[in-house]
Amino acid sequence: MKWARRLIIVAVLAIVVVAGLSYLGGHNLAVLNPKGLIATQEQRLLIIATLLGLIVVLPVFALTAGIVWRYRASNTRATYQPDWDHNPVLEFIWWGIPCAIIAVLAVITWTSSHQLDPYRPISSNVKPLTVQVVALDWKWLFIYPEQHIATVNFLPLPVNTPINFEITSDAPMNSFWIPQLGGQMYAMPGMSSQLHLLATTPGVYRGSSANISGQGFAGMHFNAQVVGAADFATWVKAAQAAPQRLDWNRYTHLSQPSQNNPLATYQLAAPDLYDTIVMKFMMPMPQS
Amino acid sequence: MSVLGKLTLNALPHDPVTMGGALSMVAAVAGLVILITYLRRWGWLWREWLTSLDPKKIGVMYLVVALVMLLRGLADALMMRGQQALSAGSNHGFLSADHFQQVLSAHGTIMIFFVAMGLMFGLINLVVPLQIGARDVAFPFLNSVSFWLYVAGVVLINLSLVVGEFAATGWLAYPPLSELAYSPGVGVDYWIWSLQIAGVGSLLSGINFFATILRLRRVGMTLMKMPLFVWSVLNSMVLVIFAFPILTATLGMLALDRLLGMHFFTADGGGNPMMYVNLIWAWGHPEVYILILPAFGVFSEVVATFSSKRLFGYTSMVVALAAITFLSFLVWLHHFFTMGAGADVNAFFGIMTMVIAIPTGVKVFNWLFTMYRGRIRLTTPMLWFLGFVATFTLGGLAGVLMAVPAIDFELHNSLFLVAHFHTMIVGGVVFGFFAGLTYWFPKVFGFKLNERLGRYAFWFWLVGFLTAFIPLYILGIMGATRRLDHYDASLGWQGLFIVAAAGIVMICIGVGFQVLQLAYSIWKRDENRDTTGDPWDGRTLEWSTSSPPPEYNFATLPPVNVRDPFWAAKQAGQTHPQPAAYQDITVPKNSPLGLVIAGFSFLVGFGLIWHIWWLAAVGLLGVITTIVMRSLDDETERIIPSREVAAHEEAHA
Repeated sequence: MKWARRLIIVAVLAIVVVAGLSYLGGHNLAVLNPKGLIATQEQRLLIIATLLGLIVVLPVFALTAGIVWRYRASNTRATYQPDWDHNPVLEFIWWGIPCAIIAVLAVITWTSSHQLDPYRPISSNVKPLTVQVVALDWKWLFIYPEQHIATVNFLPLPVNTPINFEITSDAPMNSFWIPQLGGQMYAMPGMSSQLHLLATTPGVYRGSSANISGQGFAGMHFNAQVVGAADFATWVKAAQAAPQRLDWNRYTHLSQPSQNNPLATYQLAAPDLYDTIVMKFMMPMPQS
Repeated sequence: MSVLGKLTLNALPHDPVTMGGALSMVAAVAGLVILITYLRRWGWLWREWLTSLDPKKIGVMYLVVALVMLLRGLADALMMRGQQALSAGSNHGFLSADHFQQVLSAHGTIMIFFVAMGLMFGLINLVVPLQIGARDVAFPFLNSVSFWLYVAGVVLINLSLVVGEFAATGWLAYPPLSELAYSPGVGVDYWIWSLQIAGVGSLLSGINFFATILRLRRVGMTLMKMPLFVWSVLNSMVLVIFAFPILTATLGMLALDRLLGMHFFTADGGGNPMMYVNLIWAWGHPEVYILILPAFGVFSEVVATFSSKRLFGYTSMVVALAAITFLSFLVWLHHFFTMGAGADVNAFFGIMTMVIAIPTGVKVFNWLFTMYRGRIRLTTPMLWFLGFVATFTLGGLAGVLMAVPAIDFELHNSLFLVAHFHTMIVGGVVFGFFAGLTYWFPKVFGFKLNERLGRYAFWFWLVGFLTAFIPLYILGIMGATRRLDHYDASLGWQGLFIVAAAGIVMICIGVGFQVLQLAYSIWKRDENRDTTGDPWDGRTLEWSTSSPPPEYNFATLPPVNVRDPFWAAKQAGQTHPQPAAYQDITVPKNSPLGLVIAGFSFLVGFGLIWHIWWLAAVGLLGVITTIVMRSLDDETERIIPSREVAAHEEAHA
């Protein structure tokens, strides 16, 4: 009876593991499947830190199982020392080992925090591209100030080019995140934050808002379309001839709450649009 | 403006889902009222419970309210995961985005403030005075005020389901989303005032138990002879005293923004939402430790008792608690590494966060070596402990990962984060309090809970928990963010969301077994009576008095000169010393004024939420008048004559 029960438990666990692994094999584990310079380093860091942590976690599991089994009340042959309550050597070990691991992690944290600081420009021979990101209710506006174009809810990017994102919000706080290219950054009204990423492989990568911002929040996702330099240039040319022009008036209209906006491309008619959006909370609104 | 402010009939629910929730709640309350009336129990309820200043009774009332709120929070969880299991692609589930967001905000708020805090203060009320050999808390009336303020918060937050709406902002209501510009309704106001009122109660409780532990210990019980649970509570109360004023001030400023058009946290007018995020987490991170430290304390008691062995590394444990208490105020920024602070700042807070893992890890090793060379009885409290070790260690590992800012950028606000903090709060806090409830239940009620049903409940909880949250870790890695009411079917997330929902159902079955366990144990209570006062072969003072203890806890108690004094007394064969004669004992008289103060506070909250200014003024005046009345009352104590004491003691000797 007891064996039958154990057999069932083992069988169920085996099925769960096999089903789980086959599921994972068929799906995109975005954070573990990096396609950008920063994301790759962040993924490596994640794995290193996990392994370091396991140095403590695995012994805890083994010790727990071993001790509970050995010193179960029915095992009267095991030593019983009800008054044994301290041992300097043992306590030194479990203050010491975690301290050592955390010391290693602290060094890693310090260096990686600086290396992977989102505000730090990525050095490269290729000229960086600036993209200004505006979170709106409930869509993303991407402004390419040097190319004089803007898009809504899609983000074409050239491969192997450092991208300097400047991020703000003309809506509640959002968070700008493309997991396969790198970590996220908050988009806040009246603030301009920065994020530096570099895509290493062409492809389409999902991005979204990671911070709740109201009714249409779940629909605030977009695709980053990473293409070769030539393709990107072609796209820019085409976009610069887009029929719609984005000036302050059209922006004001666009920034009204709306959900599931279609993709859109604009010529940028107001070159200082981004700065105006950031500063609008600081000064009187421009008169239209 | 009308005499009822913004309140009109439109505030009543219209859509079927909300209406169903509202009606079922109204029906439950009405049913309860009818039942009490039918059983003619109002007088009894009033005299024995509602007006009682006995911390044991206040503790039981905390537990009852918290467990009812647990059911509410679980219902919210079921709705959320149900929605997410369905709402992929062309299917949009059964909740609108707004309603879904209200549900998730209510779930978080209720689970933290009205379940976890309620269970915690319940256990503290029941156990701390007994463990330190005291007859009462330092300020018995204040204790009643605290409890009733907590109830006022509970009533207010649940009222939002029937009258009006709740915040749709997430449980911490970040501005500017929570400002009038984006949340013009009363939802955020319900959130503010239910927390504001309950929060004042928590702060008062913090002061009360801090004073109780420092001032009312039995002669001879020096700090380093206190049971570890008392140590953990002392640390937790220090955190309450430092952290809750921050919450009060932050909520106060948000309320001023919303009521008087001020600009503390608005995007415009010179306000700064980032300040709010800092302040709310300067409270919020210590809050996590406020909850987890007493759970650690429970485990320290449970593991020592059921291993029939002294706690290993007592001094280490105390140092670890103090270290965690101190460090918990130096880590708040790790909740927003992604806000663009510089690398130096992020790295500092990241490292401080990891450092907390050291004392926490030490505690785990000390518990393990408390079991080493012990005689381990695998009762349900021990099962909860082992479930805690399994889940908490993994959750802790996830926490250390997210403490590295560069890793956090990729995991923050994802379901990985959600899975992490649920692992800590469910696996740590909830499992800890369940262990404590099972452990101290016979002390409070005089009979044990059924073990078999308790084991079933545990296994459903544990397996359900893993089934519900392992998929969320994976979903987070896949880039799924939290709080999504809908997602594209092509992402392939639906399978995992369905598994997670199944996990929640299993947890609900676990809760069902707990309810069954309670009912069955009450029914069969005569079979599981604890006539000795010491059902588990305990070590600390609470086991030296009868189960349930008399109102005065202890008639006589010898001075304490060792740790685990009751264990030492049993070893020496001197468990129930008989004095030559019993003395009269003074205990606080019942008082309804705590309830009255909370009632007026409720009116203040309700008036401010709906802009019914006269009602808020009446409430405020009522609170002040009641406090003055109570201060002028000199006859707040009554005497239990020595013959009654003698009669009880001889019956239980």
